[in-house]
Formats: sequence, C-alpha cells, structure tokens
Amino acid sequence: MVERQSPLEPEYHVGSHGNFEHGVEILLTETRPGSIVQLAAWPGEEKKLIAAIRAVAGLALPDGAGGGLSDGAKSAFGFAPGKFTVADEAEGLAAAFARVVTPAIGTVTDLSHGRTAIRIAGPKAEWVLAKFFAIDFALPAFPVGAGRSTTHHDVFAQIQRTGTDQFDIYVFRSFARSFWKALCHASEEVGYEVQ
Amino acid sequence: MLITCPYCGPRDVIEFTYQGDGNRERPDPVSQNFEAWNAYVYDRLNPAGDHNEIWQHSGGCRAHLRVVRNTLTHEISSVAFVRGDHGSAARSKAEDKP
Ligand SMILES: [Zn+2]
Repeated sequence: MVERQSPLEPEYHVGSHGNFEHGVEILLTETRPGSIVQLAAWPGEEKKLIAAIRAVAGLALPDGAGGGLSDGAKSAFGFAPGKFTVADEAEGLAAAFARVVTPAIGTVTDLSHGRTAIRIAGPKAEWVLAKFFAIDFALPAFPVGAGRSTTHHDVFAQIQRTGTDQFDIYVFRSFARSFWKALCHASEEVGYEVQ
Repeated sequence: MLITCPYCGPRDVIEFTYQGDGNRERPDPVSQNFEAWNAYVYDRLNPAGDHNEIWQHSGGCRAHLRVVRNTLTHEISSVAFVRGDHGSAARSKAEDKP
C-alpha cells in the first residue's frame, strides 16, 4: 500500500507543547482514516440510505438531525438533511457503498483524499473548541456520536463527538495545515500533546 | 442575530448567506412578459416589520431556508426548509432540550 502523505506533516510536532508544566489537558492527533465517504439520499430515500450504512458499516444510526455513531474503527453521522459522512480506518469504503447505494437511492462521494481528520481529546477539548466554533459543545446539547456542520473563519468543518471529551474534526485537506496551526495555538494555554 | 436552522439548531448569522426576498415569484423562464420580469427583478415590498426572506445555511448543513425576519427588530419568527420534504430529517426541538 502506498503511504499517504499528510498535509499537516511540516507542522506536526510530536511531543508536549505550550503551558504543560501542570500536565497536558489536550491531546491532538491526526486520525488518518483510510476512507472518508459522503453519502446523500434523494428526497424520500433517506431510510434506505440509513439501512445501507447499517449494512456496509455495521452502524445503526439514531434518528434525528446530526445523529451518529462510532465503533472506534468506523464512524458515521448526519451533517445535513439526508446527508451523511462515513469514515473507516480501512480503505475501500466508497467501493463498498457504491455496490449498495444504487443510483435510485442516492450518491456516494469519495472524500478520502479531500478531507483531513483531526482528533482533539482531553478535559479541555470543549474549552478549546468553544474558542473556534459558535456552537454548544456541552454533552447534553452535543451527545456522543452526534455530528455538527459549522465554520471557523470560512473553513468549513464537520465535527463528530466520539467520546465525552473527544471530538473528530473533518476539514478540507487544503485548509488542514492552517487549521491545525490555529488549533495548536489555541491549545497552548492549557498544555497539549501531539501524538 | 441567531437563526435557528431546522436541522442544525440555533446558529450565528455569519454561518448564513442571504439569498434575497422570499416574496418574489420568478416568471416562467421562457416568458416574454416584461412587466412580470421587471417586477421580479426590481419590485420590493420593503416592509417595516415582518419580511419573508430566503437564506442558505452555507456554513452549516447548506440547506435553503424560508425565514421571516422583522426588519425593525431582527426578531426571527419562523424558519423552515424551502424544500418541505426535508421534514423527516429535521431536528425535533424536544430532543434538543432533554
Ligand atoms: Zn443548518
């Protein structure tokens, strides 16, 4: 398998940074999923698409806007009416969905090379993200598994909460390094570790 | 100003793009009725009060929305998908506030 290059690489400095004398409160990683796929259902076909996600990824999405789920290896969440992002550690997800999501149901768009996935975890994850995005990160408003579409200075971002204090952020690959640098700066005050 | 997107919930106005007056009705594209085209392009109600508007949640779910905004107070009294059939995917407000 060809090793995929990371757009973060020149700014990806493993180790502890910032104000970490009293411990690191943020962990930053690039999760590098093998597959990132966007699925969209034609009007009225949403239930069939959700069934396809269950069949291919084994994830039974909860009802409702932004509903999502992660099993550690695979993740899926709604980001718009009838539209879903699905990511997998393994490659080949787009081909697997293309076999099940027929043209009558909707569309499959392979974004594996178009998005960069950044994970922010730790007790100050909500605190740092609240400096970026004008949305409610509190657990009751943003439950584990759920997804949100929002923007940071015109950089479109999809965010999935994959743990009580863990979020996976999908940004355009071309903006990823700039976003990463901003995220590092924002994490300095609480001390962060890049893994 | 906050707009409560039916899918995403309350969001800052910077996430939205104004798409124009929601009262306009576009003539048939092949129509030669110049008065109707003139009205479509230029005539505006310009109310001091509730105004029908089209907004896109361009920095979020990207859905197009019908918004009623008060031009005096910026109070938003209603938001709905332009395409009504998004209803099944919409967020239920009850679920939002457990
Ligand atoms: Zn929205």
